[in-house]
Amino acid sequence: MHDSPPKIKVEQFSSWYGDKPVHKEISFHVRANEVLGIIGPAQSGKTTLLRAINRTLELTAGARSTGTIQVDGEDVRWVANVYELRRKIGMVAPLPVGLPLTIYDNVAFAPRCAGLSRKSDLDALVEKCLRQAALWDEVKDRLDSLGTKLSGGQQQRLTIARALSHQPEILCLDEFSIAIDPVTTMRIEEVLKELRKDITIILVTNLTQQARRLADRTMFLWNGEIIQLDRSEVIFSENPGNQKTYDYVHGIFG
Amino acid sequence: MNSTPSSPATSPAPFVSNPRVRRKLRQERIAQAVFATMVVLMLLPLLGILVYLVVRGAPLISWEFLTTNPSKGMTAGGIWSALLGTVWLVVVSLAFSAPIGVLAAVYLNEYAKDNWFTRVVNLAVVNLAGVPSIVHALFGLGAFVLFFGMGRSILAASLTLAVMTMPVVITATREALGAVPMSFREACWNVGATRWQTIRRIVLPNAVSGILTGVILEISRKAGETVPIMFTGAVFFRAIPEGDLFAYRLTDQCMALSMHLYTVTTQVTGAPAALPFAVATVLILAIILINATSIAIRAWLRSHRKW
Repeated sequence: MHDSPPKIKVEQFSSWYGDKPVHKEISFHVRANEVLGIIGPAQSGKTTLLRAINRTLELTAGARSTGTIQVDGEDVRWVANVYELRRKIGMVAPLPVGLPLTIYDNVAFAPRCAGLSRKSDLDALVEKCLRQAALWDEVKDRLDSLGTKLSGGQQQRLTIARALSHQPEILCLDEFSIAIDPVTTMRIEEVLKELRKDITIILVTNLTQQARRLADRTMFLWNGEIIQLDRSEVIFSENPGNQKTYDYVHGIFG
Repeated sequence: MNSTPSSPATSPAPFVSNPRVRRKLRQERIAQAVFATMVVLMLLPLLGILVYLVVRGAPLISWEFLTTNPSKGMTAGGIWSALLGTVWLVVVSLAFSAPIGVLAAVYLNEYAKDNWFTRVVNLAVVNLAGVPSIVHALFGLGAFVLFFGMGRSILAASLTLAVMTMPVVITATREALGAVPMSFREACWNVGATRWQTIRRIVLPNAVSGILTGVILEISRKAGETVPIMFTGAVFFRAIPEGDLFAYRLTDQCMALSMHLYTVTTQVTGAPAALPFAVATVLILAIILINATSIAIRAWLRSHRKW
């Protein structure tokens, strides 16, 4: 595991919204095929970090950043094709977003944007992604009904299916379980355990137990700084070696 | 409310009124009455105008009235050349203002960054909407008729109307685009869609009802304007072949309903008293028809809304 070059390498990364600083010169890397958990309270820069990696941060007015982020050794700032970069990274937002299209079209949206148009290819891909997101059995008979009419939990799985539809090498999940019930959450966690064999996963979560269950390593991000980044066993142990981490994980953070 | 657990002896029964509650209820009734009265006050002149016009103008209106040219110094005949002139002005002007307005609004809402330039543009659009029509008329006269050498023509008058009504469609389009949730766009960008792919597949299809409303409002505004076309292409009288929709050419001067109304009201002696009312009725009914279409289309699209 230590031999392979890092999938994502972040160096001296700082960011701001207007004058308000978010990250303060953070550096870390994500190894290929690992699950990196990111925990931390609100406003600590978790979502912004994900948006910097797939370069959607720059679409927000007033956002700027310094430092470098490399994906597969390439500085994201200078990639020739930013859309290719974004396809390499699947992104799941906290609240489900069903696009106002049919279920089928929701999943086929990204492949179509990338130029895939053969019906049989799309059919196969849509089924594969919906299966991976544990949604296929519930919607296979009504693929042409609207994605926005699904329940919240179903829409979140649809969002995950869409994030997988462009066959990413990295999957970023931003508090994906906020809007869904525990049973569905567990089903998706099972899915993630399958997926980790093939792809790298960044899991932002406010459920520390979820990070403990899934993440190989966990990063505690607080106020735009990395307080600690270590193997999950260490972070969630009785003695993580950092008082702030201990307090946060054990719910006595003041 | 027989499931109330507390006994009447220890606490007052629920929903019993006291002076404070009664005062609130009285205020509520007064407020409602005031608002309802205002609705009636608003509707009275509107209905008054409509009923008055129709009652006085209706006897003159017939198929023949719509399809024959005015005659005998405009004291007889119909309104064909004015009606067709208005249609031409509206259609030609729409051909310029609708595409430019909609596409400019897409740029302003979807591409432009929020900086001093876009703020100046927004200010300009808002101010353009507030410029009196006589100023637009003078601008049209100076720019289109004289400077560009179009002469007084349907083309010059249409362009003037287009400039004047552009803010309507820009504002309506921007509002329609703004109503499409930002999360849809972000979801598209996240999966590697370009801005244009996002706009074409998600944003525009979901904004089309609002855009259409803007375009249709623009039509009724164009149909009603008098001063700008008076300076740039409309004439008091012109006879054209009856029944031929293409009786005008872009370089022709034309009659128009709004202008014709002004003419028969103030410039013509000996016209039947019902004539101005008949012209006005046709103009207003046309506008009502256009607006009703707008509302119907919007309602239909809303009922097919996808989120």
